[in-house]
Amino acid sequence: MSTQAAPVREEDVVVQHEVVDANRSIRLRLGRAAAFLVVGAITIAFVALKITAGADSELTFGKAFGNQLQLVLPGRPVALALGVLILLIGAWQAVRGFGRRTMPWAVFATFLAFMVAFLCWVSVRGTASLDIVGLLQNSIALAVPLILGALAGVLCERSGVINIAIEGQMLSGAWAGAIVGSVVGSYYGLLAAMVAGALLGVLLAVFSIKYLVNQVVLGVVLNVLALGLTGFLYDAFMQPNAETLNQPAVLGEIDIPGLSSIPVIGPLLFQANIVVYLAYILIIVIDVALFRTRWGLRTRAVGEHPKAADTVGIRVLAVRYRNVILGGAVAGLGGAYFTIGSVGGFAKNITSGNGFIALAALIFGRWSPIGAVGASLLFGFASALNVMLSITVPLIPSNFLAMLPYLATIFAVAGLVGKVRAPAADGEPYVK
Amino acid sequence: MTHADSDAPASDETTAAAASEPVPPAEQRTPRRASAWQTIWVTVLAFVTALAIGAILIAISDQATRDAASYFFSWPWDTFTNAGHAIANAYTALFEGAIFNPKIAASGTLNGYLGPISETLVNATPLIVGGLSVGLAFRAGLFNIGGQGQIIMGAVFAGFVGFHWQMPAGLHVLAGIAAGMVGGAIWGGIAGWLKARTGAHEVITTIMLNYIAYYLLLYLLSVKGFQAPPYGQAISNPVDQNAQLFPLFGDTMRVHAGLIISLIAAVVVWWLLKYSTLGFRLRAVGANQFAARTAGMKVERSYVTVMLIAGALCGLAGVSQILGTNTQITQDIDAGIGFDAITVALLGRANPVGIVFAGLLFGALHAGGSQMQTYTPIDLVQVIQALIVLFIAAPAVIRAIFRMKASGAGVGAELAKGWNG
Repeated sequence: MSTQAAPVREEDVVVQHEVVDANRSIRLRLGRAAAFLVVGAITIAFVALKITAGADSELTFGKAFGNQLQLVLPGRPVALALGVLILLIGAWQAVRGFGRRTMPWAVFATFLAFMVAFLCWVSVRGTASLDIVGLLQNSIALAVPLILGALAGVLCERSGVINIAIEGQMLSGAWAGAIVGSVVGSYYGLLAAMVAGALLGVLLAVFSIKYLVNQVVLGVVLNVLALGLTGFLYDAFMQPNAETLNQPAVLGEIDIPGLSSIPVIGPLLFQANIVVYLAYILIIVIDVALFRTRWGLRTRAVGEHPKAADTVGIRVLAVRYRNVILGGAVAGLGGAYFTIGSVGGFAKNITSGNGFIALAALIFGRWSPIGAVGASLLFGFASALNVMLSITVPLIPSNFLAMLPYLATIFAVAGLVGKVRAPAADGEPYVK
Repeated sequence: MTHADSDAPASDETTAAAASEPVPPAEQRTPRRASAWQTIWVTVLAFVTALAIGAILIAISDQATRDAASYFFSWPWDTFTNAGHAIANAYTALFEGAIFNPKIAASGTLNGYLGPISETLVNATPLIVGGLSVGLAFRAGLFNIGGQGQIIMGAVFAGFVGFHWQMPAGLHVLAGIAAGMVGGAIWGGIAGWLKARTGAHEVITTIMLNYIAYYLLLYLLSVKGFQAPPYGQAISNPVDQNAQLFPLFGDTMRVHAGLIISLIAAVVVWWLLKYSTLGFRLRAVGANQFAARTAGMKVERSYVTVMLIAGALCGLAGVSQILGTNTQITQDIDAGIGFDAITVALLGRANPVGIVFAGLLFGALHAGGSQMQTYTPIDLVQVIQALIVLFIAAPAVIRAIFRMKASGAGVGAELAKGWNG
């Protein structure tokens, strides 16, 4: 605990000078081009040319239509074409370079082309028939808790409090959702999950804002606390009385009338339970609120430069308390998805590291709500692909497939995102 | 942050150490580091407070206590006696499992006297090196959450050398230890290299490398040559007798030479941080990377170096797991040490001496916890562990509870920084 009366620190007065290396941008451009070219070459050599010449690839769109909607493609030419497309993107990057705005689209197009080529390979007629809509449905199901966790991180960190405790908040939400859901009812369980997450948020807020505890340390400790406490209470109460305390009804599926009958999109997005819809709402609300409202401006000001915010009369600590506790509630909601949102009962460590993946998604998405959602969807897709392929395609050892999402993250973070910049005051307690 | 309670009169003997010197008004005092005694007091009181909260949890989880609580207002004493029994039973078991058990000591054998201590030391061995790894990274401004992956890789390398190579007795152990350090160092070094080269944040990369190491291990455990025949279970071949770390107190007790390695590692890290040029550079980068860069230090190179060393230290934890405590690799060979090591490093304030004691304390909690299981769920140990670190990290809370005076930075205040380094 410091009694320092926050003197004017060096970084407040010194403008950061950066030496611009003229060669660096060229190297960077060519480096990225090389990355595209490698992906293109892999697509051609290891995917397209592995497809038996003349074989057809069958892609199925949705069990909802009785597997009527099938796309039969000539596998090899399509995959080859997609590989060439990626090579062209790489060539363009080498010659002209994509700008700040077009780069994400180029990456997305490359990713999509590679994935379609890959799916053509694994769905060659006779080996397996892949249900694309089912795959995407699973992706969203796996991504929802990540999205909520990452949004919780956005709320906290944009106001300048590092939240490593997402995992713990989700775990306590999952626990509270299961036990209250069993005793009272699933919707009350949902509420309890948010309260439980918010309670951990309160701990995070009080210790980091009032007692100035290092926030990275605090987050780790709160995770251990949540893991121990939920495990303890599970062993002490829920396991011995599983019928009464650990069998909540799973939240029912709600079909949005009209929207849910749209082909492909309907079953994908509008046949889900309330947690998913709440996630949709939260994505939009948080993104709009953060960049378009007074609350959002204050939050960002407090996260970037609390002293300046304080000078113009914003109550820095109050903003931080509110955001951290709100974030806890959102993470708790995400935790509820693991129990009452999908399987029902609670098990020890049921979140199994998803909070850390959400944290990675938050950083990957550069602390923006939409970026975090995109990163979460990517993780969700990779996990869903892994689940599907390990069942249908015995070509690759399943453990290597399971590594894919994590390997992809490392490549993405190292190759494309690079040095990200957190909100400037993230992790620094504010003392008047 | 001003201290409202700092001018209150000393209320009990715990403040004697702090009150012995005249205390100027809060505004005039210069911030200073907590004295060693005060650090110890806060640690002890944090431990006591954590145990007290744990006691409440034990009472709540006890069936007899809850039954008695239903008629609390007509006859409250039953609640208290039942709760008292439950708490006493659980904490006695914790003590007996970790320090000394009069029941087995009555047999008069050496094992009877030293068995519990041996268990404590076995548990403490990997926690100490793991804690050193995380602590060293903290001092250099990095947050190494990748202990799990580094331990797994250390165990895989050491285990492979242990069961696949044939070597004479002494040499084989040394080769195994070296291989384990190399395995951990590679895994840690990847994260350091990525950070130095591309700026990829080590929190993301180490978490991802944990998962990759885990699935790599699962794969290896299904490969012939690595997996033990008859290939039904996910378990590796047993390590050769020659490659095992020898037991310290004889064959009846599990404590092994890994403990000595851990203590040597602690001394080396202590020397490194305190006296070596490299340690100075690492600390400078950790304290302020911009200043270090201005002073001409190669910040990027120090990231790689520190992650290599941190990885090697975690690799040693893996060595202790596979060449000492166990003989076969299973999928939970890391036993959660990678994450426990973070709390050990924090409790030890990222200081090698502190980490040794913190490792011993948590080792004792783990050893006693398995004994305590008959009375209350073992997860209580984790709760107590978290609470201790929480209170130590926020000494203001402990001072408020026990009305202590004076100040001093909490743990971690100067350790890990925010995302921006």
